Amino acid sequence: MITYIVRRILYAIPILIGVNLLVFFLFFVVNSPDQMARKILGEKNITQQDVDNWKKQNGYHLPLWFNTEASGISHFTETIFYQKSVKLFVFDFGTSDANNIDITSQVVQRMWPSLAITLPTLLIGLLVNITVSMIVAYYRATYVDFWGTIVAVIIMSVSQLFYIIGGQWVFGKILRLFPISGYDTGTDMLKFVVLPVVIGIIAGIGGGIRFYRTIFLEEVNRDYVRTARAKGVSEAGVLFKHALKNAMIPILTNVVLSIPFLIMGGLVMEAFFAIPGLGSFIIEAIQAQDFAIVRSMVYLVSVLYIIGLLLTDISYTLVDPRIRFE
Amino acid sequence: MKLLKHHCPTQQIHFRVSLSSRCAIVLMGLIFFFSCGIPNNPYPKSQQNEEIYYNTFDEEPKHFDPVVSYSSDEYRFIQQIYEPPLQYHYLKRPYELIPLTAETVPQPQYFGANGKELPQGAPAESVARAVYEIRIRPGIMFQPHPCFAKTEDGTLRYHNLTKAEVKGFTEIKDFPMTGTRELTAADYVYQIKRMADPQLSCPILSTLQDYIVGMKTYSAALANGQTEAPFPGVAVVDRYTYRVTLKAKYPQFVYWLAMPFFSPMPEEAINFYNQPAIKDRNITIDRFPVGTGAYRIDTLIAHKEIVLVKNENFRVERYPSSGEPGDREAGLLDDAWETIPFIPKVIYKLEKEYIPRWNKFLQGYYDSSSISSDTFDSAVVFNDTGDPTASEALKAKDIVLRTSVQPTTYYLAFNMLDDTVGGYTTEKQKLRQAISIALDYEEFTEIFLNGRGVVSHSPLPPGIFGYESGERGINPYMYDWDVDADRPVRKSIEEARQLLAAAGYPGGQDSKGNPLIISFDNTWNSAGATARLTWMRKKLEQLGITMESRTTDYNRFRDKVKDGNFQFIFWGWHADYPDAENFLFLLYGPNGKARYDGANSANYDNPTYNQLFEEMKNMENSPERLSRIREMNRLIQRDAPWVFTFHPVSFGLSHQWVKNSKPNSLGGGTLKYLRVDANRRAENRQAWNRPVVWPLWLCLGVFILGTIPAVITIWKRERRTQ
Repeated sequence: MITYIVRRILYAIPILIGVNLLVFFLFFVVNSPDQMARKILGEKNITQQDVDNWKKQNGYHLPLWFNTEASGISHFTETIFYQKSVKLFVFDFGTSDANNIDITSQVVQRMWPSLAITLPTLLIGLLVNITVSMIVAYYRATYVDFWGTIVAVIIMSVSQLFYIIGGQWVFGKILRLFPISGYDTGTDMLKFVVLPVVIGIIAGIGGGIRFYRTIFLEEVNRDYVRTARAKGVSEAGVLFKHALKNAMIPILTNVVLSIPFLIMGGLVMEAFFAIPGLGSFIIEAIQAQDFAIVRSMVYLVSVLYIIGLLLTDISYTLVDPRIRFE
Repeated sequence: MKLLKHHCPTQQIHFRVSLSSRCAIVLMGLIFFFSCGIPNNPYPKSQQNEEIYYNTFDEEPKHFDPVVSYSSDEYRFIQQIYEPPLQYHYLKRPYELIPLTAETVPQPQYFGANGKELPQGAPAESVARAVYEIRIRPGIMFQPHPCFAKTEDGTLRYHNLTKAEVKGFTEIKDFPMTGTRELTAADYVYQIKRMADPQLSCPILSTLQDYIVGMKTYSAALANGQTEAPFPGVAVVDRYTYRVTLKAKYPQFVYWLAMPFFSPMPEEAINFYNQPAIKDRNITIDRFPVGTGAYRIDTLIAHKEIVLVKNENFRVERYPSSGEPGDREAGLLDDAWETIPFIPKVIYKLEKEYIPRWNKFLQGYYDSSSISSDTFDSAVVFNDTGDPTASEALKAKDIVLRTSVQPTTYYLAFNMLDDTVGGYTTEKQKLRQAISIALDYEEFTEIFLNGRGVVSHSPLPPGIFGYESGERGINPYMYDWDVDADRPVRKSIEEARQLLAAAGYPGGQDSKGNPLIISFDNTWNSAGATARLTWMRKKLEQLGITMESRTTDYNRFRDKVKDGNFQFIFWGWHADYPDAENFLFLLYGPNGKARYDGANSANYDNPTYNQLFEEMKNMENSPERLSRIREMNRLIQRDAPWVFTFHPVSFGLSHQWVKNSKPNSLGGGTLKYLRVDANRRAENRQAWNRPVVWPLWLCLGVFILGTIPAVITIWKRERRTQ
């Protein structure tokens, strides 16, 4: 197992280099360092001298990929790409280009509000989705299944924005049961997270039911289910004991792969509920052309995604003893 | 086995009944919780009757260092904290400069090339030196701050810190000791020297170094690492007086003295923040200001909230005792001579989206709000005289509407370097005049701005010296004066067609029959912008002109403007200070964008206009200056390098418990004048936010009814198994 994990970590290095290259290329195709400087310094009364000063202070005065004026290895090291990318590999994100705030401390501060929303949404949503999908699968080919599927499709078809604005309007404005938006720490946090979590669950339930129902229906047609039924196991027992256990691999895949997105938060949800999470951090960085934050966050998501995939593979062996690391 | 079969369903029943009961109990508990108090209150109960002013911000401020900060998102905070020597009168309009920390508004002394003093009205060309001596009031103290904290032996406590000493520190509040000291003239001089530092990228350095003696060479010396270089343009005269020497007559300089750039900066603060241990903790002057203003920052979580509290060391300052006509009737002078600030604490919450912000304002959780187009119709109605008032729904809550014309101008700029729409021949003038007439901005402001704009006839908005209303102020190339209606009337589209024909494009076609196609470069990529583009296209189609929209991202757009690679763009300008020069320079030839990287995006370059501008810019407001402004206006109205569009009108709402609120677009340090009636607010919040719980009872009923069949089914099964 350790050999497998080490091998996967080694595989991750070229992937991360590739991600860095791609982000760098895409960012600087759209923005030049001069444009970044002008965006960050503002529009009024900015001279080329100010732009040049800013570039020098922030290390954007160097060539992008290849320094023709340098010699030897410095051809490559005295470039923006090298200077900005190498430190990422030791998780030194540095400071933002726009206002020099420490990116690591921002990530640490902002990931908790994001998690406060996304984690309960995932866990409770998972519980609700699996339970409802099993009930729908249990009543397969009946009106419960038919209408359950239709309702799921309708829920899926509606934009998340509708649920957010509608939820705020109904529960916050009309019924006045929850604050419309905001966030706090400690126990005060609860009153702010309930509404976004409920909305997140409702918005995700349509896709969840469709996905898990398919998995359960696939399982209930397998031989072991037929055997269980032949043994006299009740239908509920078949579903909740046998089918659920065997459906764990796609469920786990789905859950573990969503881990990076838990930390990154929900972009729209955070904006509407004034949650000071990482979703808004990324959006603002893109709008501000803050390359330091953009590259750091993309790198972080890539690392989390790789970890997620690794954890998925490891978790397979836990739920299915037939799977071995090879 | 039988026993098991007998027991299992019974246990199931107990479990299910128990589960149902638990769910019902939880639901009832929730209903009880929601029924008590105000569950939608986003603030802690402890703040209920506190005199706190609640407001919002929608963009995270990036810079609080007054040398760098230059955006309204930042000014709304730092202008409460930093105090330049001058400020704008809170109530009087047109805007009037008054002292803030200075004893008086400084009068310049002018000197000729021979060193002899000249009279105040001396012509600009005879002035070789303009000297401003600014005397500040003694006894003004800085806010409590660790940079001033001293040990018993008098040395600065936090000026030689190690990393271990500040381990875990994230903000100024983490330092247990604070101190203060008196504001001196040296603090202002130090700040002006900081403005010259090229490392700090002060956005007005390029403007000021053309005026302040020695600033350019000092800045160059700093760039070369010579920190002790001379800077003869600024000097400390005595403890409370400093002097700024300009190379020429520049009456607008006093306006700069009302901007945060010229705020005092204690050297101790910069030395404190420059310590490596402090820098490592990300504690910087750009985040934690050190000022003498009415407020100081208490909590700074820029991505969530910013809390300002009253500066404990703030001096005694009084509410103004005079204003403009109508202020007394509006109750804006009720607090005359009272000591300010009134509000001890101000909480700003980050709200990026307008809808939740607006709903929370209506619930009484924010004290004031702007109005978006989406909510305009429900918030504002126009009375019989055409004046906007708050809608009945808002009036029922005693919400007050206040409007003010912004010192801002929006315009459509033609590229005067372009072969088709540019140039200075009569034909080209007529082409641009025809387009100006066709683009009916009275209609535009009605359709797209709900009337929140004053259609412009020149670059100057109302309230700025040189702006003229009535017949004298109209653009005669676009409007006629209707004597009966006593208002300007836009020239007809037929007249525009005639102008276009005279320009060589009859029916929108040139002599060879080719259609006239004009490209409009823009960044209007939102869904709502499509309607605006369609409107423009249709207006120009009336003349037979085809408008081609070139929508692009902001970087490309900026590059096109910078390179002069466009025909027609939409642009705007918000004044730095209330002077005609700050608007008319937008068409001054040597400010051309393409050639000189200036602010003149139309690249307009008329020698007569340039000459008039040079004469006008250094004149005091006087009939002579007004006559030059009129001449300049006539030139640009004739040449039409811009389609004059509109000056925006801001519509602001505030609750009745907020007193002394008056829009002030130029002077941002106005929190100190506001007053909040916290008890009245608490009563209203209570009345407006009673929870509606009957739907929860309904849910409980449905839940109970829903469980009954399940219980019966299970009970029947149990009977069968028995």
